[in-house]
Amino acid sequence: MIRVGPGDFDVAAELAALHARAGDAGAVATFTGHVRGDDGLIALILEHYPAMTEREIARHVEAAKKKWPLLGVSVIHRVGRLVPGERIVFVAAAAAHRRAAFEACEFLMDYLKVHAPFWKREEHADGTRWVEAKQVDDEAAKRWR
Amino acid sequence: MNLLYFAWLRQKTGRSEEQFDLPQDIATVRALAEHLARRGGGYAEGFADLGRLRAAVNREHVPFDAPVADGDEVAFFPPVTGG
Repeated sequence: MIRVGPGDFDVAAELAALHARAGDAGAVATFTGHVRGDDGLIALILEHYPAMTEREIARHVEAAKKKWPLLGVSVIHRVGRLVPGERIVFVAAAAAHRRAAFEACEFLMDYLKVHAPFWKREEHADGTRWVEAKQVDDEAAKRWR
Repeated sequence: MNLLYFAWLRQKTGRSEEQFDLPQDIATVRALAEHLARRGGGYAEGFADLGRLRAAVNREHVPFDAPVADGDEVAFFPPVTGG
């Protein structure tokens, strides 16, 4: 399940839905990202390339399914204006055993960071500025090759 | 072809999308970007350093030496910052 949009999500409901879909999963690992309020951040404004985003995420979900024996995957990414504390991204992977679920979750987050076409702008009291991509994120994605 | 711009590049070009007739002598993403830079103004600023940009052709990430053809959807943008 892949969903991209402005709406918030309910982690418990998403987990229950994934587990129901995944059948006999003994392990479900999840990651939820929240907006941090560093340096007086008022909000993050996220834009994306709608025609490409879900397709790009789907490509990485397929790659994860080839690497690990997954029984189900959920990816949710929000766009629009989000204030500190709000949920921004959710990745969950279901598998028979924990290692595949943990690793797939981390792999998907690392790949989302460097491939999914989202761009963040920070809103501060004195104006807005675009978030720069981080080298450390590139390195994190490379280790899965 | 359809050209798309995102994030600060969209602000520089002043538009998110435009229709473009691909000149016959442009065969790669790099040549297209260099052509757009020669329009001057915000395009010159936005496309001044291709090292700061990435590209997608028909919704797939591509290197700058990738081919382009009329009818393609070509997007230019800064490195992504989602997650």
